[in-house]
Amino acid sequence: MASQAKKIILDPLIDNNPITLQVLGICSALAVTTSMTAALIMSIALTSVAAFSGAIISSIRKHIPSSIRIIVQMTVIASLVIIVDQLLKAYAFEASKQLSVFVGLIITNCIVLGRAEAYAMKNPPGMSFLDGLGNGLGYSLILMGVAFCRELIGTGKLFGQTIIPVANEGGWYVPNGLMLLPPSAFFIIGLMIWAIRSWKPQQVEEPDYQIHQVHRTEVL
Amino acid sequence: MTETTQKKGFLGGLMALPNDDPRKTIFIAVLLCLVCSVLVSTAAVALKGQQTINKKNDIRKNILAVTGMYEAGMDIDAAFEQFDVRLVNFETDSYADNDLDPVTFDQYKASASPEYGVNIPGNEDIAGIGNRAKFAPIYLLRDPDTNAVQQVILPVSGYGLWSTMYGFLSVEADLNTISGLRFYQHAETPGLGGEIDNPRWRNKWEGKQIYDENGNVELRVMRGFVDENASNAEYKVDGLSGATLTSQGVSNMMVYWLGEQGFGPFLQNLRTELENN
Repeated sequence: MASQAKKIILDPLIDNNPITLQVLGICSALAVTTSMTAALIMSIALTSVAAFSGAIISSIRKHIPSSIRIIVQMTVIASLVIIVDQLLKAYAFEASKQLSVFVGLIITNCIVLGRAEAYAMKNPPGMSFLDGLGNGLGYSLILMGVAFCRELIGTGKLFGQTIIPVANEGGWYVPNGLMLLPPSAFFIIGLMIWAIRSWKPQQVEEPDYQIHQVHRTEVL
Repeated sequence: MTETTQKKGFLGGLMALPNDDPRKTIFIAVLLCLVCSVLVSTAAVALKGQQTINKKNDIRKNILAVTGMYEAGMDIDAAFEQFDVRLVNFETDSYADNDLDPVTFDQYKASASPEYGVNIPGNEDIAGIGNRAKFAPIYLLRDPDTNAVQQVILPVSGYGLWSTMYGFLSVEADLNTISGLRFYQHAETPGLGGEIDNPRWRNKWEGKQIYDENGNVELRVMRGFVDENASNAEYKVDGLSGATLTSQGVSNMMVYWLGEQGFGPFLQNLRTELENN
């Protein structure tokens, strides 16, 4: 039991990461990774929503009519997201100002709904909670990694503290403005996927089709 | 079936129905909605007080910061007592003569209401805000001993690249020299347009002049660096590199709010009043 719980939490970190393997939840990974503070708050918010929605949906799973199950899942997730948003506005005002609409957009994050539909509907509440937690942490890991690169290269700071003195404040480093724009997150996530799949080649997907090579000597 | 229904009562009977029974589907949907709405509204109501305080403190903190009085950990409400808050009526260009409370009046919320809002015609709407309220609060910082006005803080807003930027502009007692500018809400690109929050850029506003000798708004945000030796350098502020549209938005916001449509005529009247005293 304990080893199963450990596997549920650790598996989504690298081996079955929601972002790099399943390529889910990309939108918020692009939007909130310009600073590590924002990424951290977002990670905590998403992880708690994923864990609690898993537990709640799992505990009522035997009574959810299959015809409205997605709506039921969305309602539970949406309620949790609103509660998290309200909590942030009350107790972490600065952070919630920075994240603005993106907390609300956790509702549409595919990871949360994906775990509810794929795992919580079939497994007991405790395990579903851990599964949400694990997937949230897998998301957080990638988010923090992307935010680390973007904030450091884009502004020379980490968590708002200057690490590399930038040129227009008297230092030597000329920040790379591209890192602060959404496309840079694509590049970083792409590089991460490349790195992980080189390390663990079993994650590489089979090509859907192969382009047929036509040689000149071949008779058409 | 009927037997079990009777044993468990009405609710139990519903729960015992197969999941795909339409009666149970509707029951589950209604029950779930009820539970969720109670949870959400409890959270919203219970946290409302704290959220309102946060919002109010955030605005007050920015008003204090724009005058240079803010220090981390200070008692914001006590410090805010030093301000004389008045409502300006844009139609008469004088203090508003009504019973609205200037401290709680929210001009941005009011701008959408039929009673207090006005639509700005497209050709006049250089700040890109669409609507504005008929009244706006201003904050007069007075010398505690002589009661003379030291600074006047004006709320300003305008559209940048992605969002409407909300901020405060602080003007010295001559009503022509800027002593500070600060934005408290915007969603410009961090690191590019978001640099409007950068203290180094904000400091460039200090000492800039607003009006030329004919009373026109000369203040502009330039593209690139301003030549310090140019004849009109006191009216120009450096643009933000990589943020042309945001810089332009700040520039337009100044022209609008300090000009004919905004606080311009009121400041003119206030200047006459201050000079006569």
